[in-house]
This record gives sequence, structure tokens and C-alpha cells, in this order.
Amino acid sequence: MTVYAVTGALLVALGLYGLIAARGLLRRVVAFNVVGSGVFLMFGALGWYEGHTDPVPQALIITGIVVALSASALAVGLVVAHARVSGGQVLEDDAP
Amino acid sequence: MAVFDLALCTLILLAALAAVAGPGLFRAVVFFVVYGVLIALAWVRLGAPDVALAEAAIGAGLTGVLLLGAVGRLSRAGADEPLTSRIDWPVALAAGLVGAMLVWAVLSLAPGPGLAPAVAEILPQTGVENPVTAVLLNLRAWDTLLESVVLLAALIGLWPLARGGAWQAAAGPVHHALPDGVLAGFGRLLPPVALLVGVYLVWAGAYQPGGAFQGGTVLAAAGVLCVMAGLVRAPGMAAPLWRLALVAGPGLFLALGVAGMAFGGFLLFPTALAKGMILAIEMVLTLSIAVTLALMVLGPPEGGGAQ
Amino acid sequence: MTLDLLRLLLTIALTGAGLVFYVAGTLGLLRFPDTFSRLHALTKADNLGLGLLALGLAFQAPGWAEVAKLALIWLLALLAAGTVAQLVARAALGRGAR
Repeated sequence: MTVYAVTGALLVALGLYGLIAARGLLRRVVAFNVVGSGVFLMFGALGWYEGHTDPVPQALIITGIVVALSASALAVGLVVAHARVSGGQVLEDDAP
Repeated sequence: MAVFDLALCTLILLAALAAVAGPGLFRAVVFFVVYGVLIALAWVRLGAPDVALAEAAIGAGLTGVLLLGAVGRLSRAGADEPLTSRIDWPVALAAGLVGAMLVWAVLSLAPGPGLAPAVAEILPQTGVENPVTAVLLNLRAWDTLLESVVLLAALIGLWPLARGGAWQAAAGPVHHALPDGVLAGFGRLLPPVALLVGVYLVWAGAYQPGGAFQGGTVLAAAGVLCVMAGLVRAPGMAAPLWRLALVAGPGLFLALGVAGMAFGGFLLFPTALAKGMILAIEMVLTLSIAVTLALMVLGPPEGGGAQ
Repeated sequence: MTLDLLRLLLTIALTGAGLVFYVAGTLGLLRFPDTFSRLHALTKADNLGLGLLALGLAFQAPGWAEVAKLALIWLLALLAAGTVAQLVARAALGRGAR
């Protein structure tokens, strides 16, 4: 099941790229979620042993999934509010 | 079955790529939902059905609704995504380096049973039979208590973003649907079934996959559906009963945690009472989680007027 | 023994037929031009595909409780797919998609 842990590591890299390279703010929220689930997959798959996954990482991951949704909801609220004020979804610092 | 795992991992990476760097924001969000469902399948393969349920319901389901709603709101605000088709090579190199280091770290770790035997040993004293629920609500109850507070904090953080400062108005935009349409019909049919499934998931969580978070999410989804189908108006935050529903779960958790001090320490549940205490916390926490998640996904008030 | 064989054959035939519908639905998702016809392909073909899968698996179930659960899953998926299709179509209409 190492293949899942490796996939998790690659997902972290992919999400990290999107988080930095994407200029659209909502796209960054999506990328942030990919980083998050990549970390979870790595963490969980590393706890896999003889057909079962360690329950402690499992519980922490469930906690993490809920916290990731709370963070995303707050981020989405900020992105939408920012778009209403500025008329765009790019931060001033990122404007070309 | 190694072929299946490899194919699944490839699909996961491709869906993630389309979500992170594919063209079109709407497409990207749809691929993110697909990605979430595939990740849930991966959790099933890893023998972690509790996480699979949480990922499918929260990671793919509610996050998907949240992001799709945001796509609609952004395009109505005229804020389209800037086009970026070029690959940012320095960033790609840096992210690739981080990925390579993580892969190296993964491969250099020796597999082991971890904390599973320790949890199995103490499981009879925790009051529940599902080891994941035992960790969530007994052994690492601290994390779960603080998590329920984090949820509440995120929701409170959303309210100041209400349109026109009317934070006490009904949550989210006003939804309209044809009164005799398919959405209204299914919106009436689905909630009773969702209620049954949600409560079942909480109850079953004591001895098999399920729990307060998965059950609460199903209930939240039913609530969001009722609002989106135009069947009920979202509650306004001035209503004391809704506020009570938000804080009841963390409040009871905290109170029983303090009661645990009579038995030796904060959040220590005596074996004889553990099952009852955990079940009470889970039932009330489910209600709070459901209301908090639903209000979070509906978003800050957009001037629809309170109920 | 022959009954087991019959059940196995039925499972293989029904799940196989279900998979064909899934492939057809996925093909429609990939090849159809706009959101609405894609939704049409997905919801129709996949609902039938899932029904066939559930029916096929029901022949392997150890008891009636499992058969009932499979039927419930199919019904729930039907309801959920119809609802979600409506929501996605409404979002697409709102965005001005064709």
C-alpha cells in the first residue's frame, strides 16, 4: 500500500504548485484542499499494516477533513467578499 | 489487486491535475469532486471505511457544494478567473523538490503496526467497540473537542462577511425553485431518508464505521438541499434556538469533560459510564455539527431577510 | 452446487451488463457537447448501471438484510443523482451555459 503513500506525496507537490502558481483565488482554495487530502493520504497509508490502517491516524484524519472544510468555507467567504469589492479574483500583489 | 491500486492512484493524480491546473474553473471544481470520490475509494482499499465515509460526505460532497456555489457567486460578481496557460517553472521545480523529498521520506519509513495494538488493548475500557470512535471521543477527545470549537470559530468568522453588514439575516443567497419541479419533489423525498441514514450512522459509529461527523454531514446535506430547493428559508442568526443548536454540542462535550475531573482528570471517562457519556456527546454533537456545516456551506447572509 | 454456479453466472452477467451502461454513460460524459446532454447521459446510464450492479451483487448476498441494503443504496443513489443533476443544471443555467 506504499503506492497510496507515494500518491499522497505527489498530491502534496501538485497542490503546492497550484497554491503558488495559480492566480485565481478560488483555484488556490481547490489547490489547498488537494494539499490537505494529499497529506491525509500519506499519513493514513503510512499507518497501513497487514490489511488495517492504524485507528489513531484515521481519527486525526477525520478531524482534519472537517477542519479543512471549515477553513475552505472561511476562505470561500473571503474570496467572494473580495470579488464583490474589487470586481476580480486576483490579489493586488499578483496582478501582472 | 496491485493493478487496481495502481490504476486508482493514476486516476487520483489525473483528477487532481485537472482540478489544480486544468482549464475552466467550473470544470476544475467538478474534477475536484471526482477526485474526492476517488480518494474515498482509496480509503476503502486502505481498510479505513470511517475515513472513506467522511471524505465522500465532507471532502467531496459538502466541499463540492461550497465550491460550486462560489463559482456561481464569482461569475455573478463578474470576477472571472484570469487565464494562465503557461507553466511556472521555478514553482514547478520547487514543488517537485518537495514532492521528491516526501516520496523519499515515505519510502525510507519501515512499515509497522503503529499504535493499533495499543488501541486494541485499551479498547474494552473506552465504552465503544469501533477503535476509530474510541480514539475520536475518548482517547483523543481533546482533539475532537477543540475541532468542534474550530468549526464554530470558522462559522463566526463568516458572518462579518455578510452583504451590507446584515449578519443577522438568513444565511446564504435566496434560492428559488419551481414549486412543482423535480428539485422540490426530490427535496421533499430525500430529507426523511437522509434523517434516517444520518441517525443510523451516529448510532452505528459505536461498533462499526460511522460516527457524529459522518452522520452530522448527512443531516447538514439534507438541510442544505431543503434550502436550495426553496422549500425552507435558511435561518437567521438572531434566532436563539439556532444559536443554542450551534453551541450545544461543544458545550455538552466541555461539561462532561469537566465532569470527568471527578474521575481523575479533564475528559477522562470512567469505563462504566463511558458508553453513555460518549453516546450523549455524539448525539448532541451531531446536531451542532449538522447545523454548523449547513450554515457554513450556505455561506454568509446575502441580504435575503431573516426568517 | 449447481445453484451456486447459477448464482455466479447471473452475477457475472448482470454486473457485466451494468458495467456496459457505465461505459456508455462515461462515453457520453466525455463526448457530448454541453452540460445538459452530459448530465442526461450520466444520470440515465449510471442509474441503470448501478441498478444492474446491485441486482447482480444481490445474488451473492448472504441474507435478505443485505439484499435490502443493496436495494436501499440503489434507491438513495437514484434520488441523489436526480437531485444533484437538477442542481448542476440550475448552476449551469445560471452561468449562461448552453
